[in-house]
This record gives sequence, C-alpha cells and structure tokens, in this order.
Amino acid sequence: MKRTLVALVEDKPGTLNRISSLFRRRAFNIESLTVGHSEREGMSRMTIVVDGTQTDSAMVEKNLRKLVNVSSVEDVSDRPAILHELALIKVRTADGRRSEVMQVVEAMDGRVIDIGLETLLVEVTGLDEKVDRLLEVLRPFGIAEMTRTGRVAMVREASATAVPE
Amino acid sequence: MKRSGARVVWEELAAEGVRVVFGMPGGSIMPTYHPLSEHRIRHVLIRHEQAAAHAADGYARVSGDVGVAITTSGPGATNLTTGIATAMLDSIPLVCITGQVATGLIGTDAFQEADITGITLPITKHNYLVTDVDALADTIHEAFHIARSGRPGPVLIDLPKDVQIAETEVAPVPWRSAGPFAGDGAADDDEAPAGIDEAAMFLRRCRRPVILAGQGVVRSGAADLLRQLAERCDIPVTTTLLGKPAFPWGHRLALGMMGMHGTAEANLAIQEADLLIALGMRFDDRVTGRIDAYAPMARKIHVDLDESEINKIVPVDVAIVADVRRTLRALVERCESIVRDEWRAAVDAWRGESRERDLLGRPSDDVLCVPRVIDELRRQTAGEAIVVADVGQNQMWAAQYYGTDGRLPFVTSGGLGTMGFSLPASIGAQLAAPDAEVWSLSGDGGFQMNLQELATVAQEGLPLRIAVLNNGYLGMVRQWQEFFYDERYESTRLLNPDFVRLAEAYGIPAWSARTPGESREAIAASRGVRGPALIEFQTVVDGDEANVYPMVPSGAALHEMIRRPVPIRIATRRGDV
Repeated sequence: MKRTLVALVEDKPGTLNRISSLFRRRAFNIESLTVGHSEREGMSRMTIVVDGTQTDSAMVEKNLRKLVNVSSVEDVSDRPAILHELALIKVRTADGRRSEVMQVVEAMDGRVIDIGLETLLVEVTGLDEKVDRLLEVLRPFGIAEMTRTGRVAMVREASATAVPE
Repeated sequence: MKRSGARVVWEELAAEGVRVVFGMPGGSIMPTYHPLSEHRIRHVLIRHEQAAAHAADGYARVSGDVGVAITTSGPGATNLTTGIATAMLDSIPLVCITGQVATGLIGTDAFQEADITGITLPITKHNYLVTDVDALADTIHEAFHIARSGRPGPVLIDLPKDVQIAETEVAPVPWRSAGPFAGDGAADDDEAPAGIDEAAMFLRRCRRPVILAGQGVVRSGAADLLRQLAERCDIPVTTTLLGKPAFPWGHRLALGMMGMHGTAEANLAIQEADLLIALGMRFDDRVTGRIDAYAPMARKIHVDLDESEINKIVPVDVAIVADVRRTLRALVERCESIVRDEWRAAVDAWRGESRERDLLGRPSDDVLCVPRVIDELRRQTAGEAIVVADVGQNQMWAAQYYGTDGRLPFVTSGGLGTMGFSLPASIGAQLAAPDAEVWSLSGDGGFQMNLQELATVAQEGLPLRIAVLNNGYLGMVRQWQEFFYDERYESTRLLNPDFVRLAEAYGIPAWSARTPGESREAIAASRGVRGPALIEFQTVVDGDEANVYPMVPSGAALHEMIRRPVPIRIATRRGDV
C-alpha cells in the first residue's frame, strides 16, 4: 500500500541531504520524492511516497518531524487529495506508425509535445495509474526513453466538488 | 561596538551559562582561542579530541546542563565523532564547536579540511556551518536550545577561520535558551497528557504490573513521583542501565536492572507481567532480548518524549508522548492504593534465589573478583560516590553492585557502548561536581583506549579516583568466547604495562591490589590522597567468578538466562545440580 506524505521544509543548503541521510540511516524504502518551491518564501514542499508494505510510513513521518529543518509533515493518503505526477515519454514511430501513436496518446489524455523523425515526445500528467496505463499501451511501439517525476500531492478543500480526472 | 567572531563565541557561551569547556587548539580554531584569557570560562586542555567530547558528555550527565567541546578542523573534528555518537545514542546535550578552513577554501581539499557537518549529519541532533559572522550569535543560542530541549542531543557548529576573525555589529544576545533538559516544554504543565485515562484504566485492572524506568525518569526529575506511584500501587520497578538512578537500590519494590545482564527477578517479572509501564526508555535490544518472546502476556504502556520511539521495537497498547514527570503526576492522581501480596511474593521468591547464587554470599577468599571490589568501594564510600563506568564487564558489575539511594548520577556509555569513555567522562563529571567523590572504573582494555587523559587529570589537579580492573583480557569479549565461541580466546589476551608505574610517570600516586584485603587497604589509602589517585586491581582471569551473570544470550528470550552456577552447598540442600 502506497502512503503519501507531504512535508513543508526549509529551503536551506543541506536540507535534502538531512532527509535522504535519515532515510538511508533508518533503512526507509522510498518510492519517490519530489521537492520544489512552495507558496511560502524560504520554504519548499516535498512529497514523499513510501511503500507501506516495506516501510512503516508512520515511522518516516515521526522521524521527519524530528529534523530541525522540517516544519510540518502530513500523511495525506487517507484524505481527499490530488496525487499527480508528470511523465515524459519518447516513443518510437518508425514503420510509419506515427499517427497510430498520436491517436493512442490523444485517447488516453496524453499530449504530444515534440515530433521527431524517429520518435514522438509525449507528456502525461495525472494519477500514477493513468501514467502506468499509457506506458503499457505505448510499450509495444517501443519506448526509447522515459522519465517520471513521482507524485506531487495537495489536499483538496473539504467542500469543493471533485474535479474529474 | 564591533565584535570578532571569536569574541562572539565566548560571550554567547557565557550568556548560556557555560563555565567550563573541553578542547584543544589547532590551526583553524586559533583565532577563537586567542581572546580566551579575557573571558571567565575555564578551558580544560585534553590530550585527544575524542576525550573532549566524552569530558563534555560527563559534564552534561552530572551537571544536567549542556557540555561544550571545542577543537580544530579536520582530524580535530573527526576525532570528536565517537564522542558525539556516544552522546547522540544516550540523548546527552552537547554543543561542539569545530574550527573549519576559511570559507574561500571550503571544498578545495585544503590542509586539515574535513566535511564535518556532512560526517556528523546522522550522529547529531542538528549541525551548522556558519558562513556569516552576523548569524553566529543567534546560531549559538539556537544550538543550545536544540541541545537542551525535547529529547536532548549533541549539536555541532562548524566555524570557518575567517568567520572567527570577521567582525560583526550584532550586539550580544542577553538571552539564555530554555532550561536544562526542558522536557517537551510542558513538563510543568498541569494538563494531563493524552492517553492517561486509558493508562490508568489498565493500571487498575492489572494483577502483575512492572514498571520499566529509563533515563527519561532521571532527566525529567520524576524519581520521586515514580516512587510514589510504585508504592501506592505496589508495583515492582526495574531500570535500564541509564535509568539506574531512577529508583532506590534497596527499596522493597526494586528489581534492579533489566536485560542482558539484568537481575533474574527483573527479567522473570517482565516475562510474567500482565502490564508493563515503560517510562522514558526505548526498548533497546539489550533490554528486550528476543523481541517476539518479550513479555508475551503483558499489555504495554509506553511514555516517551520522542514520538518516533513509540512502536519502533515493541507494539504498545497505550502510547503517551509526553514528559515523564508530567505523565507520572497525572497518573499518581488517578490511581488508588492497591496491595498486591501475591505478585510481590512471586517477585520476592525470585529475588531470594538470586541472592543465594550471588558471589558476595560466598566466603571471601584470596581470589579478587570485580563484584567484591565494587562492593568494597560501595561500603567505603557509603554508596555516595559518582561512579563513571567504562564499557564491558566492569560496567555491568558496576551497575549490579554499586547500589545507591537512587539520587547520584551513574555515568556510563549505554547505547553506543564506547570503551575508553570512563576516564575522559570522569574528568567532566568531576568538574561538574567539584566536591563530589568521583570514581572512574575501567577494565584494562578500555582504560588503554584513552589513558593519555591521565595527563589532563594531573595537569588540572582533579581529585579523581581511577580504578583499573585488570584481568589481562578484553573481559566481555572473552566471556562471549567462553560461552559462544568454543572457548577460543582469539585476540583478547592483553599484554599490559605496569599500571602503577604508568600512573607514577604522570605524577599520580598509585596502588596495586591482588586480594580482597589489599583492595580494601588500597581503596582506603587512595581516598586519603588530595589529588588524583589510581588503583590497579588484579582480578580473577577465568572461571565462574570472572563472568557476568545472569546473561541472556544474544537472540534469546529474556527468561532464557544463563545463571551463575548454584554453589554446591545450596545445591545439595535443595537436591538439584
């Protein structure tokens, strides 16, 4: 079971090092970790995905909270949250299959962002299951290169209606 | 008025109440040492930086306040690391200040450059590299606050040479960070912590409770409350190694120490208990034995300041994340007086059997064993000395046989098990309690890991009593080899120097004792000396009296102890053997 933690951390040299050092020292298994600026100056927001079958996410949460540079940690797994990731996929389009690939990408809510002679560059954002599915159908065409950001998460306002995926 | 970084260091340390620092100068910290004589802080010049950290640690453990170590960059800083890790595992507040190469040279592999903030990342509570002299004063106070507050721990400040020289307009900060061992900041808060009613309910319903008291009881100043709770609800109390001062040794409810070399009564009580009340302790593997067989019938209440300790090793039924004192105050209020005759009788029976097996019950002969040395020491000092034990057999025997009323610090490296800790730590202990009688106890192995500090002891004229318990072996390793490694004593036999002549070379009067009688006389004679004194005790090398019992083998359940063989006299009477 994947658990998603969101941490607000100080944007200072060494902060990421302290966090990764903690994970290594405690032998925590992390699936993904994303970090970037937050709405508060000098603070970054970090999304950490933990494989709950191997690592007790509560221990990750409690240990993170002990770090001086970590201002808050929240487990959003059981809250109404948007959990999105972005993937860039370079798909082979040899054998004249370019339009076929483009159709698949469009149907699955991806976006073609660059076209080359041999490949197409596809961008997709959304739940990781959605990214997984697109990858699965693109694989038979041949994937030349792929990179995923890992989840970023944000809790929804309690009263807001769900936005369709 | 402008101040140099060096001046900022001493002024802000003084503002934090620092009176003594332990250190050694070197290239990158020289600007800081330069104005030292203008400040009212005593600097103790150690002979190796590891000792600076241990001395600061010993000072912190006895004074209850932050210990401070100061060294140069590179090797000076890396030598601190064993001491920092020792303090980290035992939650001791230290502030270590290390010189660093000038900011322009950082990252160039300059002479005596080491990335000490990187190196100490996992063994400090927090650390800093200060690159701006304007931030220095605040950083120092923040470091003290972090070291003292919550669960205490070591903090390191790395200070480049140019920052020590640079001047700042920032005024002195007339500010002292939160008090020593400030707990969770709510130690004096009257509000009961969450979970307390559930804990009280379990306590009312149980029949065979045991209290596990750790260092948290000592540090939060909760020993009186612990005694109240134990007496009111008739609960036997066992302590961890570092929790030893939490409960009076001779109390009718005292079980002594738990764990690998704990008493049989403590370990059996834990295994038979239906409720464990764990206070400020962390279920170390040396305390629990095999975890899946640990206290199988007991519900568990765990009180700890650090939430990351909850459910780390032992899944608990009630977790209270709060200061122990605050928790105990609320718990005592909620509990009515109960008498548990049956449970106490079971415990007393186990305790009685332990006494029968005890070495001290045997007729004294010419063989000198360590328990007898420590017992003699306890008699002569009336249990009122501060004992600084090293690591290994000497440490376990000190814990087992140096009984106190539960007030005096028992200084030893628990979590990290750092051999060589005792001598330097006792320097800090003596400086924190100048009028106290301080005894450093080491084996011959551990003593030689930091014996260079005899020079510091002599130079400072400290009235330390140094006991070297010499069996010519790395004793605890030898014991494991005897029990578990086919009696093959690989690399544990030590060819030792003449410790008496060694001490005398440092100008320290010394005695050697080979028998119980000589040991009695040597202890008495050494106590009459004004300055430092050293006694070498030549203790028994092999056989039953050279091993620490009981012993829970690594990986065995707590009740699966190797007991001291029953003396023949008792065995025949009872018909076993």
